[in-house]
Amino acid sequence: MKDFTYAAPTTTDEAAAALAASGARALAGGTDLIVQMREGRRAVGHVVDLKRVPELTAIAVAADGSLRFGAAASVAALAAHATVAAKFPAMIEAGRMIGSWQIQSRASLGGNICNASPSADAVPALMALGATAELTGKGGRRSLALDALILGPGKTALVPGEILAAIRVPAPDARSAAKYVRFTPRREMDIAVVGAGAWLRLAEDGSVAEARIALAAVGPTPLRATAAEKRLMGEKPTAALLAEAGRLAAADARPISDTRGSADYRRALVKVLAARALAGCCAQLGQRIEVP
Amino acid sequence: MKTVIACTVNGDAHEVLADSRDTLLELLRDRLGLTGTKEGCSNGNCGACTVLVDGEPVNACIVLAAEIGDAEVVTVEGIAPGGKLHPVQQALVEHGGTQCGFCTPGIVVAAKALLDRVARPSAQEIRHALAGNLCRCTGYDKIVEAVAAASLAPRS
Ligand SMILES: Cc1cc2nc3c(=O)[nH]c(=O)nc-3n(C[C@H](O)[C@H](O)[C@H](O)COP(=O)(O)OP(=O)(O)OC[C@H]3O[C@@H](n4cnc5c(N)ncnc54)[C@H](O)[C@@H]3O)c2cc1C
Ligand code: FES
Ligand code: FES
Repeated sequence: MKDFTYAAPTTTDEAAAALAASGARALAGGTDLIVQMREGRRAVGHVVDLKRVPELTAIAVAADGSLRFGAAASVAALAAHATVAAKFPAMIEAGRMIGSWQIQSRASLGGNICNASPSADAVPALMALGATAELTGKGGRRSLALDALILGPGKTALVPGEILAAIRVPAPDARSAAKYVRFTPRREMDIAVVGAGAWLRLAEDGSVAEARIALAAVGPTPLRATAAEKRLMGEKPTAALLAEAGRLAAADARPISDTRGSADYRRALVKVLAARALAGCCAQLGQRIEVP
Repeated sequence: MKTVIACTVNGDAHEVLADSRDTLLELLRDRLGLTGTKEGCSNGNCGACTVLVDGEPVNACIVLAAEIGDAEVVTVEGIAPGGKLHPVQQALVEHGGTQCGFCTPGIVVAAKALLDRVARPSAQEIRHALAGNLCRCTGYDKIVEAVAAASLAPRS
């Protein structure tokens, strides 16, 4: 590993200032960064540990039920938060798919986002939930949707000296539900061949009032399946409707062929997984729909 | 860069001259001589380097020594103080849950962390908790049986 200096600031402003230096890089759980540094895939001159900044690890559910958590909060800390686990189960389930227990003790969702891997498991779940990223830096604070923050493999819209401070997730309500599912050859300790996150909010008459579907590992970034989302609007969920949404999501996907699967195989997986994620939402809303 | 690292390992406070690049695993094995913790893959996949940091199991190979600060680190050496085996270790011996033994320290630490949280884990829960610990010898069944047996052993 190339030599580097290490700092552990205790305020967000100090952390942002330290990250403005050239060669500086933020460290959250390190489960991507340290591996990349050790394998020589990323040269870092100054490591800025975010975990000593209280704001960056804080987890708070507001009175209106919305969630704001520090980007460096670990998956284990989020999962151990009783209200978060009860109210945002899809996010916790997705976090619990990241590596092993040992990995989850360290790994943060901010790191999952900022590493900008197309196969990041928490990102489609957060996109489906409508999460926004709160960035802070010299220019002050700004909010971005996750699909505006993640630009390509390993690339984000963060400018030097800017950090992802927090992630905000809107409050769930009685007629909304989210689900993330993925396919991996091995259940644990594997990277998604395809992942699909879905979120539905039903109107009083049971028809779809709002829908979001986000896909992992079928494009250079996690993708929204917008054609599938549109098709669901105003319709009552049925097996036929979810199957059609799955077919449209497969058409929205832009997969490549690699060692984990061919593009055709990935499209076939999207069709099945998007429908299953939607069925998972419906099940939480009291409606059992059988999908393949 | 040379740096002084203060840490508490198995209840003992240490101050050691280290390199800012040292991982927690290198600090434990090379600077403190605690070689019970093993190095397998060095990239977070095998779990041979599992130790507890403030009670949470982590892969010491992908944590920097500098990150530890005032956290409490527990290694396999700290789990059997005075040589008295932890119930998990005793059960691994009795159930044939260890062969070459390379994965065993990591398994012991992860299984202890599980039993500290869940008194009577199901086989499913044991397999899930140990998913990040690879063993190329036993085929896992005997490890799972041993951890289940340890959960039934009287605890001091
Ligand atoms: C064995 C193993 C298995 C894994 N399995 C999975 C898996 O199944 N699914 C999955 O999605 N991932 C997996 N990962 C990848 C990794 O664990 C996750 O992406 C994790 O969420 C990264 O979080 P972290 O806190 O460790 O990030 P770090 O490694 O600390 O950071 C990742 C990147 O983001 C930057 N960064 C972090 N936080 C911020 C911030 N607040 N502001 C600005 N930049 C920031 C860092 O500079 C770095 O470039 C695995 C990794 C390992 C080693
Ligand atoms: S040596 Fe640390 S996980 Fe393999
Ligand atoms: S006993 Fe040999 S690796 Fe597990």
